[in-house]
Amino acid sequence: MSNTILHKAATRGHAAHGWLDSYHSFSFANYYNPERTQFGVLRVLNDDIVAGGKGFGSHPHDNMEIISIPLEGSLVHEDNMGHKEVVSAGEIQVMSTGSGVFHSEYNNSPDKPVKFLQIWLFPNKLNVTPRYDQVKIEKGENQLQQLISPHMSEEGSWIYQDAWFFSGRFDKDKELVYGKKRAENGVYFFVIKGSFLVDGQTLESRDGLGITGTDPIQLRSLTPDSEILIMDVPMENKIK
Amino acid sequence: MSIHILVLGRDKAILEVVERLINSHEGWKATVVGTEEEAFAALGEKEFRILFVGAGVTAEEEAALRRKISDRYPRVVVARHFGGGSGLLENEILSILNNISYGK
Repeated sequence: MSNTILHKAATRGHAAHGWLDSYHSFSFANYYNPERTQFGVLRVLNDDIVAGGKGFGSHPHDNMEIISIPLEGSLVHEDNMGHKEVVSAGEIQVMSTGSGVFHSEYNNSPDKPVKFLQIWLFPNKLNVTPRYDQVKIEKGENQLQQLISPHMSEEGSWIYQDAWFFSGRFDKDKELVYGKKRAENGVYFFVIKGSFLVDGQTLESRDGLGITGTDPIQLRSLTPDSEILIMDVPMENKIK
Repeated sequence: MSIHILVLGRDKAILEVVERLINSHEGWKATVVGTEEEAFAALGEKEFRILFVGAGVTAEEEAALRRKISDRYPRVVVARHFGGGSGLLENEILSILNNISYGK
């Protein structure tokens, strides 16, 4: 039986702090909606715009798998593991925060805003040694590229969770079929740009749709230059 | 009246951030400890509503702690704190308080 959860873009939580404009697909900070706390192990999906020259000062994280996807512009990341990296649109950044890490994250431009997605998953292993990784999104249009998996040997980066992420940019009216990776997983679709028909539901830019039960799932791009992020995640977290 | 929140974790720097964030919220008061012994000493001195288990505490240690707390302090809600003093902390507390309000 198919179960779906639709999160229209306009119904997301919103925080405007001047230097930071953030939309929350799930409860975050002082946006709390008990009906929207997570989709399985997917706990945070923030759609952030940070003003030029601004950013998040040094702050801690632990026991979260954090994936940042710049959509426009670039971020400067610095952490207490010794990394100082720039991550730009066309790349993704992955942190397993494990036993604890302090990091800062600033817009790399002094005057242009940076737009990026911040995605947090609960880990399936606690207190691991923190790690940092960065990968390029290299594939051409009209196909999905794997960004994240649980396995070091697979394409993209890896995390401590039985989750897979894919992204793809599509011309209008391209059809694809997505088969989920594990029977126990659900799939959360997030439209980055344009619009898609997913399992019979029309999704516009920044809409999210979580699906459990249906497999495989039919998708069709409805506009030119449409872009989608697919997050295939366990619906229940089993700590290993 | 303040809601007292006890936080157990092994990383002192993260605990300091968690303590500051909780205490910055009106009506919430944090006590942070690094060991189970310190946690039980604190529980004997004050009426806590929430015990957060933070980084460095293993799943096995957490399970043992939950059993002991359930026996000795059944009113205390034990929860794993994820994220290390990030934007999730306030949400985790709001979620627990919401569940308490609705008797979940």
